[in-house]
Amino acid sequence: MAVGIVGYGSYVPRYRIKVEEIAKQWGDNAESIKNGLLLYEKTVPGMDEDTITISYMAAKYALQRAGIDPKEIGALYIGSESHPYAVKPSGTVVAEALGITPDVHIADFEFACKAGSEAMFVAYSHVKAGNMKYAMGIGADTSQGAPGDALEYSAAAGGSAFIFGTENIVAEVLYTYSFTTDTPDFWRREHEFYPQHAGRFTGEPAYFRHVLSCARALMDMSGLKAEDFAYAIFHMPNGKFPLRAGKILGFKKEQLEPGWIVPWQGNTYSGSSPTGLSATLDIAKPGDLILMVSFGSGAGSDGFIFKVTERIEEVRDKAPKFWDMLKNNKIYLDYGLYAKFRGKIILRPEL
Amino acid sequence: MRDVAVIGIGMTKFGELWNKSLRELFVEAALKAIKDAGVDHIDSMYVGCMTSGLFAQQEHLGALMADYLGQKHVPAYRVESACASGGLAFRLGFIEVASGMSDIVLVGGVEKMHTGADSTACLAAAADAEYESFLGITFPGLYAMIANAYKEKYNIPFDRFRKQLALVAVKNHENGSKNPNAQFPIKITVDTVVNSTLVADPLRLFDCSPVTDGAAAVILCPVELAKKYTDTIIKVAGSGAATSTIALAQRDDITYLDVVAKAAERAYKMAGVTPKDIDFAEVHDCFTIAEICVTEALGFFEPGKGAEAVEAGKTALDGEIPVNTSGGLKAKGHPVGATGVAQICELVEQLRGTAGDRQVKNAKRGLAQNMGGSGASSTVHILEVL
Amino acid sequence: MLTPRVYKEIPQRYRLEANKCKKCGRVNFPPRLVCPNCGSQEFEDYRLPTTGKILTYTVVRTPPVDFKLQKPIVLAIVELEDGTRIMCQVTDLPPYVENYDEIIKIGAPVELVFRKIFSEGEAGIHVYGYKCRLI
Repeated sequence: MAVGIVGYGSYVPRYRIKVEEIAKQWGDNAESIKNGLLLYEKTVPGMDEDTITISYMAAKYALQRAGIDPKEIGALYIGSESHPYAVKPSGTVVAEALGITPDVHIADFEFACKAGSEAMFVAYSHVKAGNMKYAMGIGADTSQGAPGDALEYSAAAGGSAFIFGTENIVAEVLYTYSFTTDTPDFWRREHEFYPQHAGRFTGEPAYFRHVLSCARALMDMSGLKAEDFAYAIFHMPNGKFPLRAGKILGFKKEQLEPGWIVPWQGNTYSGSSPTGLSATLDIAKPGDLILMVSFGSGAGSDGFIFKVTERIEEVRDKAPKFWDMLKNNKIYLDYGLYAKFRGKIILRPEL
Repeated sequence: MRDVAVIGIGMTKFGELWNKSLRELFVEAALKAIKDAGVDHIDSMYVGCMTSGLFAQQEHLGALMADYLGQKHVPAYRVESACASGGLAFRLGFIEVASGMSDIVLVGGVEKMHTGADSTACLAAAADAEYESFLGITFPGLYAMIANAYKEKYNIPFDRFRKQLALVAVKNHENGSKNPNAQFPIKITVDTVVNSTLVADPLRLFDCSPVTDGAAAVILCPVELAKKYTDTIIKVAGSGAATSTIALAQRDDITYLDVVAKAAERAYKMAGVTPKDIDFAEVHDCFTIAEICVTEALGFFEPGKGAEAVEAGKTALDGEIPVNTSGGLKAKGHPVGATGVAQICELVEQLRGTAGDRQVKNAKRGLAQNMGGSGASSTVHILEVL
Repeated sequence: MLTPRVYKEIPQRYRLEANKCKKCGRVNFPPRLVCPNCGSQEFEDYRLPTTGKILTYTVVRTPPVDFKLQKPIVLAIVELEDGTRIMCQVTDLPPYVENYDEIIKIGAPVELVFRKIFSEGEAGIHVYGYKCRLI
């Protein structure tokens, strides 16, 4: 029995900050960041936005595309490393707002940047196992990056939601695979505001080892080669890493471009590769094969191979498309406002 | 129903009275009213107060004030209808005397607003807590929405409208400058208003009534009995009260204060008069736009003509219908629960002919309009010299 | 502690649940027990539409303490496409605006979005609900 995505949606906040604005704050050279990391600007959540509101909007758009009764959704999972509460689920708010409660299984996931694909993976598995008719997986973040840290150029806000089911599929899941080890390349301890990372250690032994191993396993499993895929999406901590991973695996830049969103959105952590997939579905044609590989520090990669169906043509215009949201209605912030929006200013306790 | 007269008035100075407590303010005004009336006892009393609980953690005002007024054992009622608490207390006192239940009734209003509490938040409790104040809206904000809707509906260019609003404040400060009890007895100009700080667009600081401590009180008795105490009998000719939607969004017409029109209709009917028969009025100018909308709802001007009327000087002290001779809430001050009673005090001063520099010539019949929330409750009273 | 109060209003704040009078068809938001139009006490469930237009608005320069960080806040009365009116905050505006009349026009189309309304201090709950934004 075929199982796949029956509805998908992304949400992009309207606020932005440019790399130049951050660079001048810390005495960095903006050009070298733009050229070296291929990052130009990033999304910033509004002061009234968080992982919950972003997840809700993405899920709402996914429901619009799926055209199903929310009550039929049996599970809702949100993957994020910026859940608004340390204790109290994000998913309950989103499920309640969507009208899914109370007959639903809810969980919040955390696995650095792969929590979103993890939510998708578990939602997909439920449907495949026949536990429920539909299940929703969401990846969303209002990513944290310490002021002055290289991460500040990429840590962005946004998210995507995917509803899995067996009927009216827009992209069938053909293969899945996960590659996981214990690799401490990036972490955030309890009560800490900002994550820490191990510099260049996050590259070869972490990102590249996991992403490449996962992708290669899926290609072996399926017998598909790079040229067989219409598109591929790799987790996007910066602009450079996914392009390099794609190149090593034999993908051309054109195959990566529709889902290569990081230069203008930044890294939405758990929302990163799922949003790349959403952006790709916005333009994919029936029959297209899509490879998606996430990466979460700590470390692991979840991989999916999707096959797009005829139904994509019917649903894609039923909700806002990713690149339209990214390009339109932008409001640029200066660093002072950005710092205020992101809660980086020490305030009196009553505020 | 018996005819009822106001035989005594008293009020404190309005202002920022750090050294006077809630009970001291009330008792001071009440003692003045009792002395002014010349009565040796009261049969019952009403205390109009909006939110002493939020401002001063004090409820149970009936007992508190009776006790401190030296009226232990007298029945006492606390009346709350947001900023119309005073007006509604007056109506209830009137009803009690008219019904024959009591002969001599004291009606007081009080608010102690300088207590360290966040006055914006305390006052916001008069709005719909779940569907208005919950969202961060404030009272200046609610009236600002009325102002913007008014400007749009009557298609008034912004600069002209801005000046019309300012002229309400200028007029009321002109009147208030002649009132020794006023909080801000100072003259201002249109520039003072339009250059003041924005509070809620388009309303600026000088479009808003101030935060005020103060109290006012009156003594009511049957007209027949009043003759024993005074030669100038001032009769409560009409009393009207009404309610409307608590939330502004639910109002049929955001620019029209239907609650005022309803209360006025009832008061006019009881008094057997029309708006043309009113010589002067004290109205609820909590914000400049409010005075404009109220004068329309009272029938002094057609809807949409209230702003022009101010511009033409029709509501000035020497205009065709002087409005807010006391300085209004704007200049006299707005201790919310006291306001409705203080308006009655001004009516009595004018009708007695003791209003000094702000005296309206030939004042025989005056109207007082008090309002709660963004137009959710209102009272209208018509007083006349017999 | 706001928790119990906020909990009670979740259906309205999260899902815009209203009710519709079975007799006269009037939509009530929040839902009512008595129809203010015809006095009927029979209603059917009704969900508000999520698009509409601005009827009037204001910019609150001195908001209550829970909203101080967001100041100034813009609030509007919105008439939804079915004619129901609600008050809500207008969000996603530029953080500094010289003249709001230039970006917000009475009659401007808006969509409702799901946002955090405020947080109960540093350690209390986050309160979510509807706001609107210009389309």
